[in-house]
Amino acid sequence: MRKVAIYGKGGIGKSTTTQNTVAGLAEMGKKVMVVGCDPKADSTRLLLGGLAQKTVLDTLREEGEDVELEDVRKEGFGGTMCTESGGPEPGVGCAGRGIITSINLLEQLGAYADSEVLDYVFYDVLGDVVCGGFAMPIREGKAQEIYIVVSGEMMAMYAANNICKGIVKFAEAGGVRLGGLICNSRKVDNEMEMIQALADKLGTQMIHFVPRDNMVQKAEINRKTVIEFEDTHSQAAEYRALAKKIDTNEMRVIPTPLEIEELEKLLIDYGIAA
Amino acid sequence: MAMGANKKPAENVKLDRQDPEKVKARLLAKYPPKVARKRAKQIVINKVEPDGKVPVINSNVRTVPGLMGQRGCCYAGCKGVVLGPTRDIINITHGPIGCGYYSWLTRRNQTDPDSTADGHNFMTYCFSTDMQDEEIIFGGEKKLKQAIQEAYDNFKPKAIAVFSTCPVGLIGDDVHAVCREMKAKLGINVFGFSCEGYKGVSQSAGHHIANNGIFKHVVGLDDTIKDGKYRINLLGEYNIGGDAFEIERLFERCGITLVSSYSGNSSIDAFANSHTADLNLIMCHRSINYVAEMMETKFGVPWVKVNFIGAAATAKSLRKIAQYFDEKELTERVEAVIAEEMPAVEAACAEVRPRTEGKRAMLFVGGSRAHHYQELFAELGMKTLSAGYEFGHRDDYEGRKVLPDIKVDADSRNIEELEITPDPERYNPRISDAQKVALEAKGLQFSAYDGMMPEMPEGTMVIDDLSQYETDQLIRIFKPDIFCAGIKEKYTVQKHGIPLKQLHSYDYGGPYAGFKGAVNFYREIDRMVSSRVWQYMRAPWQEHPELSATYAWE
Repeated sequence: MRKVAIYGKGGIGKSTTTQNTVAGLAEMGKKVMVVGCDPKADSTRLLLGGLAQKTVLDTLREEGEDVELEDVRKEGFGGTMCTESGGPEPGVGCAGRGIITSINLLEQLGAYADSEVLDYVFYDVLGDVVCGGFAMPIREGKAQEIYIVVSGEMMAMYAANNICKGIVKFAEAGGVRLGGLICNSRKVDNEMEMIQALADKLGTQMIHFVPRDNMVQKAEINRKTVIEFEDTHSQAAEYRALAKKIDTNEMRVIPTPLEIEELEKLLIDYGIAA
Repeated sequence: MAMGANKKPAENVKLDRQDPEKVKARLLAKYPPKVARKRAKQIVINKVEPDGKVPVINSNVRTVPGLMGQRGCCYAGCKGVVLGPTRDIINITHGPIGCGYYSWLTRRNQTDPDSTADGHNFMTYCFSTDMQDEEIIFGGEKKLKQAIQEAYDNFKPKAIAVFSTCPVGLIGDDVHAVCREMKAKLGINVFGFSCEGYKGVSQSAGHHIANNGIFKHVVGLDDTIKDGKYRINLLGEYNIGGDAFEIERLFERCGITLVSSYSGNSSIDAFANSHTADLNLIMCHRSINYVAEMMETKFGVPWVKVNFIGAAATAKSLRKIAQYFDEKELTERVEAVIAEEMPAVEAACAEVRPRTEGKRAMLFVGGSRAHHYQELFAELGMKTLSAGYEFGHRDDYEGRKVLPDIKVDADSRNIEELEITPDPERYNPRISDAQKVALEAKGLQFSAYDGMMPEMPEGTMVIDDLSQYETDQLIRIFKPDIFCAGIKEKYTVQKHGIPLKQLHSYDYGGPYAGFKGAVNFYREIDRMVSSRVWQYMRAPWQEHPELSATYAWE
């Protein structure tokens, strides 16, 4: 079982990319579980066709100790297993602690057991590695590979670099490695070259360049992944390609985060200023 | 080195036949250089200049991680020390159960519920929101509201106070908003304290937060001037083992009216009315001086430092009150009471003194107890070799004259400092400036505390925030006859064969304040230092490791 976590700046398209890619893997016959680690609990909406998912934490709250795996896990597109960690409303409580509690509970309930014959677990994590809770999926060997979703916008690259610092911190103790950058294009000038260069500096690869296409939004409004919504569309092919690349990827590195000056220079050399 | 040649070698001051400088060096020897540098500023050999100046002692600074200290946390200072002894406020600990449970009446504060009409006493209860994983994740405000409601429904108290523990601060529960909401809903006083344990360097931060909270939410709510002559407040007396009862007995005998007490044997009604008193008396300067200062600024009530620990100190404190009110009736009555009380005290002292004379004590406790109890030991003819506070500040050691020189560090800045201005209607200076000057000329000092060090002999060791390692070393070096600290130190000290008297909780004894308290203390200390039990600490085979025996057939 490969354990994969997807990180990236807020709003970059982590959940969309994760679900579309997972759809590609499911189509290939892989058994995949998706663990949404965002209090908004919208990481499995496309796979479940918009079905309201009862989150792990809500269930724990309502049922007390007596929770069954089936209460918190739903089957989605292509036999994918979907769970949402859930969490507090904005501005109260501690979402990080929620993720820790929820992942521990899933482990205890046997969601990762051999009997589940999973090929992949995908953790879709909210935003940056801001505190202990959000680092949970990369601690203690829970996720072994990280893919960072990034675009050619400065703050997205900045966040990617920051996440790499988090990975370095946990790499030695937990064995987590960076698998690559997924460029989710925002149609920034020289985007592909720039992310390629960023990947080089970080000591990793740009595993795929996902072009921008309105089909993604169209499928999303219909609560579906592109592969399910219009499987012959070129964008579906892009996600299949990404799924294939992840499936065959053997590059796992401890990244080498950049100094801020170096990152700015990259933008000057390749970006808008070039 | 011609200049050096003129200098006479300084005569070494001895402490119990030891060179204190060498002792200090020994305490520091094992520390890494950086720690030794820091501790060196907190271990001071006392020296009192003719003008009363004493050496600077570093205090109210962070404890070095790894050193086992005596200190408590901010929550302990706020809930445990200052607000805990008030019987008719329901004190709810907002947090996981441990903080509430382990702060439940452990200080042995006593109270007399019959002294308020409603007879409310919630001190024997332990109220906690018992936060669980769920509240940490989703926020605990809802559960806090439920807890306040439940407490109200069950007990119909006059007031409910909420105390924040560490996780509450981390997850950002707005306890003050919850309190405001519940106050409006229930129509009783509900107020919260952001006294999360991690704030500040010791429980001292919690005292300050508690002072601010009471002043903001309670003091001044009831302007009724009640009956009674010579109306005073007693601040920083927590009625451990019944101390306040003994002091109250003396006030009553002298005809002094106690308006409120912060916070031994106290009621919230008295706090609300306390600004109507004419004089504030401060016992524990560290934990309560903020309320006195704020009350003086806002309402014009002056304060004087008193000490009711020790018979002589008690007499002196009563005379201070008489001096302030400056009326023949009171002065005569105070003198009569002292004259009546003293013979029994002197007799008790004379009885034990042959056994206590010359014995040596060490006191490491609190923010004023390490100072006050030296009085009692002196009355027993005992010497204090070394003393220090757990959480005192420089002004508690060196006197308030150093206040302008105290560097305010980031840890202190974290604690709210209230901006107080004179109340437009109620500010009423109780005595005129001219009267004040006249009284000062007669030796009554206002807003003054000279601290512990000026009263300690030269060469004694003053040690702030003593560590367990230093405790062990001091005991090995001096083998004192008695050590005074708290429960955390008690058993490790006793394993050295030295009796330990708890001066936080008084073990099982007390009261030790006032005249009757002094008698209790004399007897207790006599019992402890004269006990032969400590010589049986070593088993016979430790004394004589080789056994000699013969076989039966021999």
